[in-house]
Amino acid sequence: MTTTHQPATPFEMGGIGHSVRRKEDDRFIQGAGRYLDDIQLPGMLHMAILRSPIAHGRILSIDTSEAEATDGVVAVVTGEMLAAHGLAWMPTLSGDTQAVLATDKVRYQGQEVAAVIATDPYVARDALSGIFVDYEELPAITSPQQALEPGAVLIRDEKEGQTDNVAYTWEAGDKAATDEAFAKADLVVTLDTHYPRSHPAPLETCGVVADVNPATGEATIYLTSQAPHAHRTLFAIVAGLPEEKIRVVSPDIGGGFGNKVPIYPGYVVATAASLLIGKPVKWVESRSENLISTGFARDFHMHGELALTADGRILGLRASILSDQGAFYADAQPTRFRAGLFHICTGSYDFGAAHVTAKGAFTNKAPGGVAYRCSFRVTEASYLIERLVQNAAYELGMDPAEFRLKNFIRPEQFPYLSPTGFVYDSGDYHTALRKAMEMIDYEGWRRRQQEPHPEGKLIGIGIASFTEVVGAGNSRTYDIAGLKMIDSAELRIHPTGKAILKLGVKSQGQGHETTFAQIVAEELGIPFEDVKVQEGDTDNTPYGLGTYASRSTPVAGAATAVVARQIREKARKLAAHLLEASPDDLEWEPGRFFVRGVPDKGVTIQEVAFAAYTNFPEGMEAGLEGVHYYDPPNMTYPFGSYIVVVEVDPEDGTWKVLDMVAVDDCGVRINPMIVEGQITGGLTEGFAKANMQWITFDENGNCIGSNFLDYLVPTAWEAPRFRLGETVTPSPHHPIGAKGVGESATVGSPAAYVNAVIDALWSKGVRNIDMPVLPHRVWGALNGVEVAP
Amino acid sequence: MYPPAFEYAAPESVEEALDRLAEVGDEGRILAGGQSLIPMMKLRLAAPAHLIDINEIAELAYIREVNGHLAIGALTRHADVVRSEVVAGGCATMASAAPWVADPLVRNRGTVCGSVAHCDPEGDWNSVMLAVGAEVVARSKQGERVIPISEFVVDFFTNSLRPGEMVTELRVPRDDDRSGGAYLKLERKIGDYATVGVAAHLRLDEQGRIARAGLALTSVGPINLKVTEAEEMMVGQEPGDELFAEAAQIAARTCEPTSDVRGPAEYKRSVVAAYTRRAFGRALAGARGET
Amino acid sequence: MEIEVTVNGVAYRRDTEPRRLLVDFIRTELGLTGTHIGCDTTSCGACTVLFDGVPVKSCTMFAVQADGHELTTVEGLRRNGELSPVQAAFKEHHGLQCGFCTPGMMLVATALLSSNPDPTEEEVRWALSGNICRCTGYTNIVEAIRSAAATMHETAGVES
Ligand SMILES: Cc1cc2nc3c(=O)[nH]c(=O)nc-3n(C[C@H](O)[C@H](O)[C@H](O)COP(=O)(O)OP(=O)(O)OC[C@H]3O[C@@H](n4cnc5c(N)ncnc54)[C@H](O)[C@@H]3O)c2cc1C
Ligand code: FES
Ligand code: FES
Repeated sequence: MTTTHQPATPFEMGGIGHSVRRKEDDRFIQGAGRYLDDIQLPGMLHMAILRSPIAHGRILSIDTSEAEATDGVVAVVTGEMLAAHGLAWMPTLSGDTQAVLATDKVRYQGQEVAAVIATDPYVARDALSGIFVDYEELPAITSPQQALEPGAVLIRDEKEGQTDNVAYTWEAGDKAATDEAFAKADLVVTLDTHYPRSHPAPLETCGVVADVNPATGEATIYLTSQAPHAHRTLFAIVAGLPEEKIRVVSPDIGGGFGNKVPIYPGYVVATAASLLIGKPVKWVESRSENLISTGFARDFHMHGELALTADGRILGLRASILSDQGAFYADAQPTRFRAGLFHICTGSYDFGAAHVTAKGAFTNKAPGGVAYRCSFRVTEASYLIERLVQNAAYELGMDPAEFRLKNFIRPEQFPYLSPTGFVYDSGDYHTALRKAMEMIDYEGWRRRQQEPHPEGKLIGIGIASFTEVVGAGNSRTYDIAGLKMIDSAELRIHPTGKAILKLGVKSQGQGHETTFAQIVAEELGIPFEDVKVQEGDTDNTPYGLGTYASRSTPVAGAATAVVARQIREKARKLAAHLLEASPDDLEWEPGRFFVRGVPDKGVTIQEVAFAAYTNFPEGMEAGLEGVHYYDPPNMTYPFGSYIVVVEVDPEDGTWKVLDMVAVDDCGVRINPMIVEGQITGGLTEGFAKANMQWITFDENGNCIGSNFLDYLVPTAWEAPRFRLGETVTPSPHHPIGAKGVGESATVGSPAAYVNAVIDALWSKGVRNIDMPVLPHRVWGALNGVEVAP
Repeated sequence: MYPPAFEYAAPESVEEALDRLAEVGDEGRILAGGQSLIPMMKLRLAAPAHLIDINEIAELAYIREVNGHLAIGALTRHADVVRSEVVAGGCATMASAAPWVADPLVRNRGTVCGSVAHCDPEGDWNSVMLAVGAEVVARSKQGERVIPISEFVVDFFTNSLRPGEMVTELRVPRDDDRSGGAYLKLERKIGDYATVGVAAHLRLDEQGRIARAGLALTSVGPINLKVTEAEEMMVGQEPGDELFAEAAQIAARTCEPTSDVRGPAEYKRSVVAAYTRRAFGRALAGARGET
Repeated sequence: MEIEVTVNGVAYRRDTEPRRLLVDFIRTELGLTGTHIGCDTTSCGACTVLFDGVPVKSCTMFAVQADGHELTTVEGLRRNGELSPVQAAFKEHHGLQCGFCTPGMMLVATALLSSNPDPTEEEVRWALSGNICRCTGYTNIVEAIRSAAATMHETAGVES
């Protein structure tokens, strides 16, 4: 049900619904943010990593003597040295193991082979040229199809019991029911598409400053981390260090988007080096290192089939996935779900049967599989269904909007149990799509599309009506590497009525210092400016799983609301004491309790806070603080409808966006300005992936897309302009009705852009173009020319 | 990300620079805008032992009109060309290319002469210079040479400078009022090198027929390609769509694209043809004073 | 090599190796860490500074080249103890998320507005096209800059 949210607090207080300006901005606009590379410690050394130039090969020998003899070099670290400490391999987030520094083989171009520690970063780089590695080259496997061919060279020959290149297999849904649905179909529409390898590429790359105190053995690890607590635990497990001796500090983060969820070999080597040398060691990767070796995203080869009735109803979905995992299976995803939450691929549509199978293959490429501005493979799922639905509509001779409206889950069906087992919390898909159609003048564009274009350009209109699933856990179903997906908030109200809120999540630009303060403002009436939000330091914040997959608002946001409400209940007792009334006789308005019927007789939250330390009743514990660990009862299901109009130049294959509207529903919006900022960023990311951004490999496994000249990200010039709309369907189970939003637009929009281009070309016989829809691919599709890659 | 070590000098006059160049011999490199050289050094694709920085030689920063040509000094930055009224009025092909070279910040440093000297087949300027028939002025301690651009661009990243020589100036023929030109570039985003670039130049005679045609291509061969066959074919002809289509066919046939992530060779040929037609169309409009 | 450079109005004299990149010099020698590094191919503009008033990528210059020149970094944008109109507008219009690209964006904007006091949306986007932002999608950056222009010239009212 769509509602509108009226703020309950005045603007200055900044509760929910207010677009207050961000508190964190003051430091950033003055160049006073503190990012990882800004950290300088006394005596700090610098690390550089030698990487494999080839995709697959056996290491015959490593000669480091020349590097060691270089002036300024303190140490050269190899895998063999790490092996002596049991650190040559480390666990991945998906239960596989990954080489820290290669000992036996290199398995992808850019893999870490050795590291130099020196007094100066220039010298460290110089010394890399003094390390000589002899490789025996092996055939490179550059696609999952090739990996699964009989007789393919075994990439993971070190892994016990591994006899082929299969990383995992998985399935969801009901095969028999789905087969039955297909048997009844009048028409089956299929689509094969590759969601290409991509990289989150936050503007700040990953890095670490490891500072192990040689006297106490205490390790302070400054880390570009989206999940500092989980990282500390994993560090303790990997390095065998006592957890209380490890302090992970995640400073200001220059964007994460999933890239800063995994633990990378460089972190481990720098920490080991600091431990062995007794001095702080800094490692900050270059952009090339970032793109060639750290967490990629997507790389799903997808096959989808929709069973349809002649009158335009969906009966069932079959999907099968072949995922390219790279050399190590390192997806950052909940343990039970080997293909993430891909099985949300039934999307916004109501039908009875679906069956999903997935298989992952090892290839000679970098590992990763991170949730790039996405909740665990939801992007791939959304893309598949939204592309399929459009093709289905055309095959049926229906308008794709009409087809969607006919098949959407209806508002009265929520909570809705999907055929793959998700329980959608709330939604109103019809309203969102109709609103988007009205905003863009859908009918008008359909008419203009028919008119001849003076320059021979083709107009296309594309829709995507996505549904996301975000905010993992609950803890029964969701864990990462065994850690249950809860999150926490600790709130302390100081005597003067100011507050500090400590969280287990970690902002990378999402504005936590503002939005979470706004939740406190909403619940306790303390102006948001008076609430300091602290994150990132494991010694000073409660445990949490971190910020990714749009889980901060659904989980940590809920924890904040709950702990604030607990504190309000204690405050009520204190107020009753101060007002000499019964707690039950008090009414609450933002920032103040008063005696029912006597509005003048009241105390402010600030007065109550003061009393908590100066004048509390006998028998009551002093102080006004609490901590809450929130275990979400369900995920939240944000949704929306995006419509794009493009113009395609058939001569050179270029296309540009003429108009785009995005109607998003993420439940209650805490700070509409920040929400819209997240959406605009995501729509641009979606465009990037649809238009230009990808990583590919040549037949020898050389990575193409390992720097910003080849890995294309849009500038202000290419980025489209957007018009945003909203509907508000609160989450019924979330304390403040909010759903996550950081990723909706990245999840939903790629299909809209591609659908628009295909819409323009459908009459010319074009049925699919894989992303990125580069000019030469458009040209190839129009001219019947196979284009590779 | 960290360049290798080198010796550095920042002379304040051309004489001084030439002295220094003579002194360090083959080991020395001119540092102009540094927008190609420094990135290569950072990736350790280049490791010159000596850099002779010409950025302090104020006498090299100029765009002038001299005797029917434009003189572009070696310290003229791409951005200077974008802003220059002398270029806007004197060389339509250059004016049309300048905004599409690299990105605004790179244009604030990178120089036209540095780009010409670099001889990157994906660089835009050499196509422009080939199309308009520019000359390169090279100086050494031994004196000055004026080299036609077609003899200056020798090969992939190779020019015909002799040891001890540096480029001090480019001489670009000035458009008269019956000349026009255009540069069309297909790039995937700002800051991307061309997938295909086409530089076209036309001068009409009094009857409106073609007196001179210039056509050169970016990114579709081991060097920037001058399409002499098309240029010669067009002279004396009546300009128009039909003729331009013929020139386009020649260009598409003679270019030597490779297949890569920017597309298959066939695609690039097809774009060469389309852009050749479009670029001559614009050049003609300019030559007829229709723009 | 000894060099003398004026940064944000303060003269510094330092000894530096010729190969030291300007960005690195500013960050580690001078401790002005507001200038960032986002790539190794001169593509992103996170390192943008004003060099004699002109925006350049400081990762693609050597520190020695700044000898005798004037630089402005993000730390020098404040005027008379107050945020510059560009800084204020970035906050007001939510022109930043993670803040990593922001110094570069604001310096380009500052240079743009000093030569073109009333740029169109196209002109702003064009001027920014050497700088990458991975968070915002640019819309609010463009809006911030246009609104700063309006503030600076007290023309049309500031949009909210
Ligand atoms: C991100 C990015 C994108 C780019 N995109 C494009 C593009 O789209 N199109 C394009 O054309 N270029 C592009 N460039 C390159 C840019 O135009 C450079 O400025 C140009 O190629 C080189 O000029 P420079 O003055 O910077 O030369 P430098 O880098 O200083 O020098 C390049 C080479 O030329 C030599 N040299 C320089 N000047 C002289 C001289 N006077 N005499 C003798 N030798 C000399 C140097 O020794 C060196 O070998 C791009 C650069 C970057 C960083
Ligand atoms: S760091 Fe200078 S352009 Fe990216
Ligand atoms: S705000 Fe994060 S890169 Fe621009």
